[in-house]
Amino acid sequence: MSSSAALLRVEGLTKSFGALVAVDGVDLSIAKGSIHALLGENGAGKSTLVKMLYGTLQPDSGAIVVDGALRVMASPNEARALGVGMVFQHFSLFESMSVAENIALALDHKPTPAEVTRELADFGARYGLSVDPDATVGDLDVGVRQRVEILRVLLQKPSLVILDEPTSVLTPQEAEMLFGVLRRLASEGKSILYISHKLDEVRALCDDATVMRHGKVVARTDPRKESSASLARAMVGSDVSSVNRKQGVVPADAPLMFEVNQVTHNPGTLFGMSLKNISMRVRAGEIMGVAGVAGNGQKELFDVFSGEATVELDGVRLAGKPIGSLPIAKRRALGAAFVPEERAGHASVPAMALSENALITRKADEDGTLGAFGVLHFGVIRKLSSSIRTAFDVRSAKGDPAASTLSGGNLQKFVVGRELSRMPQVLVVNQPTWGVDAAAASFIRKGLMELAEKGSAVIVISQDLDELLQISDQISVLSHGHLSEPFNTADVTLEQLGLLMGGDQGGGTAQMERSHAA
Amino acid sequence: MPLELVKRDAPSQTMVVAAPFMALGLTILTAGITFAFMGLNPIEGLYEYFVAPLTELWSIHELLLKAGPLILIALGLSVCYRANIWNIGAEGQFTMGAIFGAIPPILFPDWTSWITLPMMLIMGMVGGALYASIPAFLKVKFRANEILTSLMLVYIALLILDYLVRGPWRDPGGFNFPESRNFSDEQSLATFEGSRLHWGIVLSFLAVPIMWFVMSRTLAGHAFKVIGEAPRAARFAGFSAKTLTYGALMFSGALAGLAGIMEVAGPIGELRPTISPGYGFTAIIVAFLGRLNPWGILFAGLLLSLSFLGGEAAQITLGLSDKMARVIQGLLLFFVLGCDTLIRYRVRLARPAQAKADTASTPEPVTREATDAA
Repeated sequence: MSSSAALLRVEGLTKSFGALVAVDGVDLSIAKGSIHALLGENGAGKSTLVKMLYGTLQPDSGAIVVDGALRVMASPNEARALGVGMVFQHFSLFESMSVAENIALALDHKPTPAEVTRELADFGARYGLSVDPDATVGDLDVGVRQRVEILRVLLQKPSLVILDEPTSVLTPQEAEMLFGVLRRLASEGKSILYISHKLDEVRALCDDATVMRHGKVVARTDPRKESSASLARAMVGSDVSSVNRKQGVVPADAPLMFEVNQVTHNPGTLFGMSLKNISMRVRAGEIMGVAGVAGNGQKELFDVFSGEATVELDGVRLAGKPIGSLPIAKRRALGAAFVPEERAGHASVPAMALSENALITRKADEDGTLGAFGVLHFGVIRKLSSSIRTAFDVRSAKGDPAASTLSGGNLQKFVVGRELSRMPQVLVVNQPTWGVDAAAASFIRKGLMELAEKGSAVIVISQDLDELLQISDQISVLSHGHLSEPFNTADVTLEQLGLLMGGDQGGGTAQMERSHAA
Repeated sequence: MPLELVKRDAPSQTMVVAAPFMALGLTILTAGITFAFMGLNPIEGLYEYFVAPLTELWSIHELLLKAGPLILIALGLSVCYRANIWNIGAEGQFTMGAIFGAIPPILFPDWTSWITLPMMLIMGMVGGALYASIPAFLKVKFRANEILTSLMLVYIALLILDYLVRGPWRDPGGFNFPESRNFSDEQSLATFEGSRLHWGIVLSFLAVPIMWFVMSRTLAGHAFKVIGEAPRAARFAGFSAKTLTYGALMFSGALAGLAGIMEVAGPIGELRPTISPGYGFTAIIVAFLGRLNPWGILFAGLLLSLSFLGGEAAQITLGLSDKMARVIQGLLLFFVLGCDTLIRYRVRLARPAQAKADTASTPEPVTREATDAA
């Protein structure tokens, strides 16, 4: 890393949102003509850092130096004028317009579509990125749309191109082609900042890597000299808190409460992740953890488990009974309960009172909340709501306040408590403590463990490895729509999990890598 | 004077109550100014519009007569709007209800049993519901925007009515006037002694407490509110978006259809090319002015009915165009929607430094948006 030839240098960059310091004193230097990786788990601060480089966020303190001069990037316009271009993870193209029109719109010098078409042909030939300029974007598949996004940035003639998880929507072949383009760009002296959590890609492509965790830079390294395992360790960290649950003590003959048999599911949306041949078996009294970086199919997995998306009848079984094609209400009636990731807007209605929110999942006969003709028994509903609030320490205003007035942690305790107090046979929960304060998080984890102790099967989908290591008996890793074989929590290593999260299929390679590293 | 809107931490309960009155005040003020520009005495104009119709018994009857359909239609619309379904086509559903309900008296004029009238009312509801099921189908099946489809269907319904009364349903003994045959007594709603006021109005007013109960005390009302506030939470709760879409639109269509048949089986007494002074559209204002709450709709319906009467009175006494009534209704909706902003936002003076340096320093909204995204 020769700082003399640094195209962009960042010193002590810091950004906080309330009490959370998302980016904490980060230094970063990107050399001219290099491909620089920015690695880290979700929530490590990568996106916040990059938004500051592209002018969509302003740092609280610290400096950004471009080509040796101190710069303030107040907006993406100014960043573009300084030669910074960005390819976003989620595209921003007008579907009803042609490729050439989309690109013309993004360029500051407002060329005509004919000029754009000519330039596109030039660039396409030079980088092997051909697209039909007259094609309507809505007709293109995801890989080609991304090519359009990249061309749109390239036509702005940037000196630094930032790509945010560019291969998450690509096939391996498309990804390989993208790497060719990026290498070509680097050889022409352009710099590239490549954000990813896929370790193999980073090792194959990048010259430098900066690893972030909890908002701080924890490692600067040459990825070509590292193994995937050592990168994984840096990314995940090794500060795992001590285990305080007796794990793996569920007897092998405990009844199977929840089974998923080779389920394949395509959500049918542009950015959805298809689930491929998912299988899972959870016994009574067991907590099954599903690890993985967000966007690898967690949402889709939850939908299939909960019945918000249905599959073939035999694909999912609850205590032996096939439920794969049943909707969520029927699954609830059979004794399953669910807590989705988004507490406001999915698990609850923010504008409605807590009592009305209690009703959302508590409409069964035994709840006694409904009378004849669907007449609501408000007395019962209010009592139910206040018993959840007492039992799960939900702190809120007096009376029956709207869900939106609760803090994240308290609302989460409410929506988790709403299900736990039903004593379900099977509980599926997605990101139970995401964005929740430490006290609430430990309270929720305790609740999940108690439920398992009473003989229910609990499935916890979480990005928080520490959490899964702490509470689950077994851990599987979800990566790119594949679910790995489960590991006993007591035996699994962070490296194994990190590698699987980074897209490595199966444990065999992990073994190899470990012996390689040793 | 640069003003900016700042989001409140919680919706203001004061504003929930005050906003409709502010809107009414601003409407009266603007209407007064408009009268002045037209060369009229604003006080006199406002008096003719808003006070004169309340000074005589017969015009109070007329007030109730016009408020009935407005309230009935708005109650139905409020269910749709709660569910975030934008039914703009109540005028068409009203018309279709009138056409369907008029089938017995026009095609079977000699069938005059006690059951004829109830049959007509039921058919009116069926007609309105079926007509509203078209935008529901298009929305569920093709994700077509119901604002456009329901609105366009209004004009189709009006043309169908026009065709019928000028063509196949024209009264054979009607000297070629574009009118159907007159309904007999058994085919009409009974009126109160000595006025045009009929029993249908009682039905419309009775619908208010019934709707209040359904929306606030039953699972169906709960489901409509949940899907309107948070569609994903509705799916999570196990409510089917398809069922709720059909349910809201067809229910609202049924009430509009009922209003339609009650209008032709009541004060009109036959089918004609024009059977509504725009009830279906005015009811949209009634629904919003009434905060989508049945009791609010009751008062809003009476107020809007007053604006119709005032328009007629001003036409006669002041020689104003009948379009003035539409202008005042439009102003009212405009101010209602505007004042509603104050429930969730408050207005404050922008700090001058910030207003000047809108590119150099960070504009606040950007930061806020970014924080939400992070």
